[in-house]
Amino acid sequence: MARRKRTVAMLLAGGQGSRLGVLTATRAKPAVTYGGKYHIIDFPLSNCTHSNIDTVGVLTQYRPLELNTYLSTGSAWDLDTMDGGLFVLPPFVKEKSGAWYSGTANAIYQNIDFIDHYDPETLVILSGDHIYKMNYKWMIDFHREKEADATISVISVPLEEASRFGIMNANDDMRIVEFEEKPLRPKSTLASMGVYAFNWDVIRKYLIKDVEDPDSEGDFGKNIIPAMLAAGEKIYAYNFGGYWKDVGTVESLWEANMELLTDFPPLNLYDDPWKIYSRNWSDPPQFIDESAEISNSIICEGCRIYGTVEHSVLSSGVIVGKGAVVRDSIIMKDTTIEEGAAVNMSIIDEEVVVGAECVIGAHHESGEDKRITTIGKSVTLEKGRRVEAGEEVRHDS
Amino acid sequence: MIRDAFGLINGGVERRNLRELVDSRAVGALPIGCRYRAIDFPLSNMVNSGIRNVGVIASRNYSSLMNHLGSGKSWDLSRKSDGVTVITPYSVRGSTGTYRGEVEALKSSMDFIVHAKQEYCIISSVDYVFTGAFDDMMRRHVESGADITALYHIVGRHGDTDRYEETFFDFGEDGRINVIEFNPRNTRLKARDLRTYIIRKDLLILLVEESYAKGELGFTKDLLRNNLNRLRIIGFEHEGYVGTLFDVASFFKVNMDLLDQDLMREIFLSKNRIYTRVMDSVPAKYMKDSVVKNSLIANGCIIEGEVKNSLLFRNVHVGPNVVLKNCIVFKETEIGEGSDLEYVILDKNVSVRKGTRLIGNAEFPMVIKKQGTV
Repeated sequence: MARRKRTVAMLLAGGQGSRLGVLTATRAKPAVTYGGKYHIIDFPLSNCTHSNIDTVGVLTQYRPLELNTYLSTGSAWDLDTMDGGLFVLPPFVKEKSGAWYSGTANAIYQNIDFIDHYDPETLVILSGDHIYKMNYKWMIDFHREKEADATISVISVPLEEASRFGIMNANDDMRIVEFEEKPLRPKSTLASMGVYAFNWDVIRKYLIKDVEDPDSEGDFGKNIIPAMLAAGEKIYAYNFGGYWKDVGTVESLWEANMELLTDFPPLNLYDDPWKIYSRNWSDPPQFIDESAEISNSIICEGCRIYGTVEHSVLSSGVIVGKGAVVRDSIIMKDTTIEEGAAVNMSIIDEEVVVGAECVIGAHHESGEDKRITTIGKSVTLEKGRRVEAGEEVRHDS
Repeated sequence: MIRDAFGLINGGVERRNLRELVDSRAVGALPIGCRYRAIDFPLSNMVNSGIRNVGVIASRNYSSLMNHLGSGKSWDLSRKSDGVTVITPYSVRGSTGTYRGEVEALKSSMDFIVHAKQEYCIISSVDYVFTGAFDDMMRRHVESGADITALYHIVGRHGDTDRYEETFFDFGEDGRINVIEFNPRNTRLKARDLRTYIIRKDLLILLVEESYAKGELGFTKDLLRNNLNRLRIIGFEHEGYVGTLFDVASFFKVNMDLLDQDLMREIFLSKNRIYTRVMDSVPAKYMKDSVVKNSLIANGCIIEGEVKNSLLFRNVHVGPNVVLKNCIVFKETEIGEGSDLEYVILDKNVSVRKGTRLIGNAEFPMVIKKQGTV
């Protein structure tokens, strides 16, 4: 029998993130690169470690190879502990049947045995889609103080954007009286962050009941929370005041990266006590050549820069050749920008070769075209190729 | 891949001419190339050769070394059997803590040597910086039937000078080493001992016990030289780059050498990767007015000023309007606004006040001690 855990976290990492286009063609969204050396999943995992949550189940489904390889034993996040740790939980075959995870709640339902094994008082549900630093312990403390059955972490969004989110209508005590999924006329600006705390014995019953409902989509936002509210369970909203960024679209991913380039970024990665952990490799230091010009950029180890890099984020092992110019772009691991190429307003995935004299993305001079160009993993662009603003290039095409 | 050998690295060599740089660290823990330590080179060479059992002999100031090695995981040496073992001083009766010579260090490591399961031993040192696997050397050792094979390099090949006192070999017609000159004042010999040897374990035990009993404590100077006639001792040439960590100037040179494109390719981009303890540093950030030329930069740095021909270790902050030329800056050092530094080695956690001007030169780089404020 495992030692009973007070808190267990389940991280939903099976989503495709189809709005990221070619960037999630080969990997699940939580494995998408952010800030040069990080992957989106580093944020919830590091938050768990710093919040003293040492038992984390990671639910995978869509293209899990890259994510699984990255997670490995969980040691990068200090989650290779003796009586807890990081567990990758893919869908599996049962005695009589087997099924994919049909929704967020369904994925948790299918892993009831895993959670029962630790028999926690509080179950925390996280998603692998967001960039934020959060002490889950504060939310859990709030949840226990309020003697709530469920607590939903919320963030204030501008009223005009509220219709894109799941909106909570709460009373003065922050008890949720109504929940509306993407309302046309939002009554409040408290948006769900996809971070929940549940009493395990309560949510367990709802998960089992939900599966019996053939009309249910097995989703926390659409099915479980409304069912709990209807039954009069105590659900509270926990107000999170920090930086929280959904990087679900090419534009928002680009924007979140560019925010790191300001003098005082809204998200401080240099925060030592709340360091974001990630897998680290023994790459050599970055080499900046005599002919290089770099300003306003973030660059990782293993890069070799001979050209110009302006206002860009470069992951490890990127080579920028002589005379090449990279502006307002994100270049992922081990990509080479050959001599004289120009890359502007683009996100270029891993192991891409941008041939010499290629011109990628919007014209820099005009500066008006804000459409972002994306180049998929392992694409090789032959010399002199022109890729227009907003275009997407895939490996097969 | 070598499977039947264990490694021994003498991490406790004494190099007093490294001055302040070794006040609070062992030579093996000296920072090299923005993110490595001296011991990463012999240790990675062994790992790249397939060796899975390595003893690191520590003497003075070894906490820096222990801290760096940890469980050995970064070198893939955190294994169920074997892995990396730090052989601490005073751990056996008769260990003297600081060693008067390599033979004494080996004698104090006898427990480790005796219990090693492998047939051969590869001994290496931390004060020579080179990369490469030992497979070819091992093959030669076994095929030639030699008792001991010593690795050497030809001085002057990579623009290095031979002004340092060291050990040189001469060879007979049969390829055997027949002359060993120790600290020659003037020598025509070009083959310099790299303090890296292959020897059968049982022979090593025998020779160390014998040499130690006679009070002969130097490995090359005594143990090898006294056995030139009795044993077949051959040389094996290392053709690549060799840097040395004998004094401040040579330490400075090894680091600056890494800015050379060809050498960078040899050291950093060959199949023999250098492994080091990895840490969770943020990527480096280049601010709006930064000017960086011909430099190696580690993660975690924030650069606002100008950096030329320099090496920055982790988490260095170069303030606005700083001019940094030909400098080596260890981790977590802060260089205040408007400072002007040339040929300076800034040890870790140094604070350079605003507007400070420090100028050294390549032969005598200025050293600012760990945690100092200037």
